[in-house]
Amino acid sequence: MTETIGSPILEAPAATGAHDQHMVLNMGPQHPSMHGVLRLVVEIDGEIVVRLYPEIGYLHTGIEKTCEAKFYQQVVPLTDRIDYLSPMANNLCYCLAVERLLALEIPEKAQWLRVLLAELTRLNSHLIWLGTHAMDIGALTVFLYTFREREEILRIFEGLSGQRMMTSYFRIGGLSMEPPLDFYARVQAFIKSFPEKIDEYSNLLTGNPIFRNRLHGVGILSAKDAIALGVTGPNMRGSGVDFDLRRDMPYSGYEKFQFKVPIADEGDCWARYQIRLIEMRESVKIIQQALDGMPEGPITAVAPKIVLPDREKMKTQMEALIHHFKIVTEGFAVPVGEVYQGIESPRGQMGYYIVSDGTAKPYRVHFRNPSFATLQALETMCKGRMLADVVAVVGSIDIVLGEIDR
Amino acid sequence: MSETLLSKAVVLERLPGHPAVKAILAWKPEALLDAKFNRGELTLTIAAEEIRSAAATVQAAGYNFFEDVTAVDWFPSSPRFQLSYHIVSHSYKERIRLRVLLNGEAPAVESITSVWPSANFYEREVFDLFGIGFEGHPNLRRIMMPDDWQGHPLRKDYPVEGYR
Repeated sequence: MTETIGSPILEAPAATGAHDQHMVLNMGPQHPSMHGVLRLVVEIDGEIVVRLYPEIGYLHTGIEKTCEAKFYQQVVPLTDRIDYLSPMANNLCYCLAVERLLALEIPEKAQWLRVLLAELTRLNSHLIWLGTHAMDIGALTVFLYTFREREEILRIFEGLSGQRMMTSYFRIGGLSMEPPLDFYARVQAFIKSFPEKIDEYSNLLTGNPIFRNRLHGVGILSAKDAIALGVTGPNMRGSGVDFDLRRDMPYSGYEKFQFKVPIADEGDCWARYQIRLIEMRESVKIIQQALDGMPEGPITAVAPKIVLPDREKMKTQMEALIHHFKIVTEGFAVPVGEVYQGIESPRGQMGYYIVSDGTAKPYRVHFRNPSFATLQALETMCKGRMLADVVAVVGSIDIVLGEIDR
Repeated sequence: MSETLLSKAVVLERLPGHPAVKAILAWKPEALLDAKFNRGELTLTIAAEEIRSAAATVQAAGYNFFEDVTAVDWFPSSPRFQLSYHIVSHSYKERIRLRVLLNGEAPAVESITSVWPSANFYEREVFDLFGIGFEGHPNLRRIMMPDDWQGHPLRKDYPVEGYR
């Protein structure tokens, strides 16, 4: 096997021609605008980016390998930690994949609650994106505003699951517990006031000439390049590709909801900014529909060998106690097969590929995370632009290093 | 469609009009080693040496978006490695899986980066974590692990914890 060691870009440049005028600059891994531990090796000619190369792996924790040593239900908390800014999207994708392997029917109420929470997660994630993106460009105030709203979402999550960020609220076969009594009222109050908050951010940024000039025409990605380089989600739709898994390949009951998928043709940072603002408004509409039409019924599937029994039943029924003991100590066997479940996460197309060999532990789990592929397009977006634009572009594509390195 | 079709003959009989199946058969029927339709997903097993042309064929047939490639290590059985390519069609709103089976300690297949440049990072990841080579890849080196790392962590003979 041939292994090339060392990055070709770090080699000394050839001493002929214009090339020896170039400088290789290292951005990150510890850099305030790199959203974690992203390292960019940038070759610059004066202030113009000639080449740009993302160097990743600083956060690699081998989650895929760890999953192979865990029971199926023990993987759920690990999925929170892949994309720590949108934990529910990861939980949802994993649970849907295992449920398809098990051919489990999920009750309607659980599906609707999952949709509601997935959209709240989208708001949560987009709020962090907006705050940090604006902060990278110098508009520090917006960060304080968006984190004010994010705090309320985190409090709702805390009331729901006991955790602010690593919620692990979804279970294979449904949800872990009924939402608390004040949950629906709190969500309703939040989304009632939220569109005004989006107007507020928009007032701060959309008309701001500095913000406008830093984003207009910067980081252009054509539709053809977006598809060729694997860019998905709001970034792809900002380049004019009309595809959203929620609408086009619906899962978890998304086909019952009405929402628009925003598209822009410019493909620049400004288009991506506007798309995400509209997406937040559409998410609010989906949450409202979920609240209005929330069905009654159980929140877990009828599958005593997979779903943990009620605490009450365990104290009175022998079978429930046995099932609980069996699930916790031995897990549950999943039929042989392979399944790929795609969902539209806040950052784009997320896909979990699970291979089962018929035992209680997954044989292979693979995560297709949107940020990983989006990073490949960074050079195309930054080439020939100023170095300062790299910061704007990295902010606008909304990456999370946890899901890139896994 | 929710039924399960587990062999190539059944898939060819029941899904003759499927755009991917049709395109592969029109291009080179002998490259299609196996086919199955399970849990709503079509899996086409392609001869290892034909994967790049097969990818170009399904791309021309409308499966325009490459989503993912990853490997599965079936150690100690043979063939040991399986590569799974997931490809989405924006027009058919459907996903297919191309599957390649590989044998040996250090197998290699042709890279599909000339068809979809987005396969670049994914193939590097498979190379890094499984030790499967991709011929014609523009920059095949480790991506997750340090450059001087020994071994390939996602192989089944690599322990989850402790010393190697």
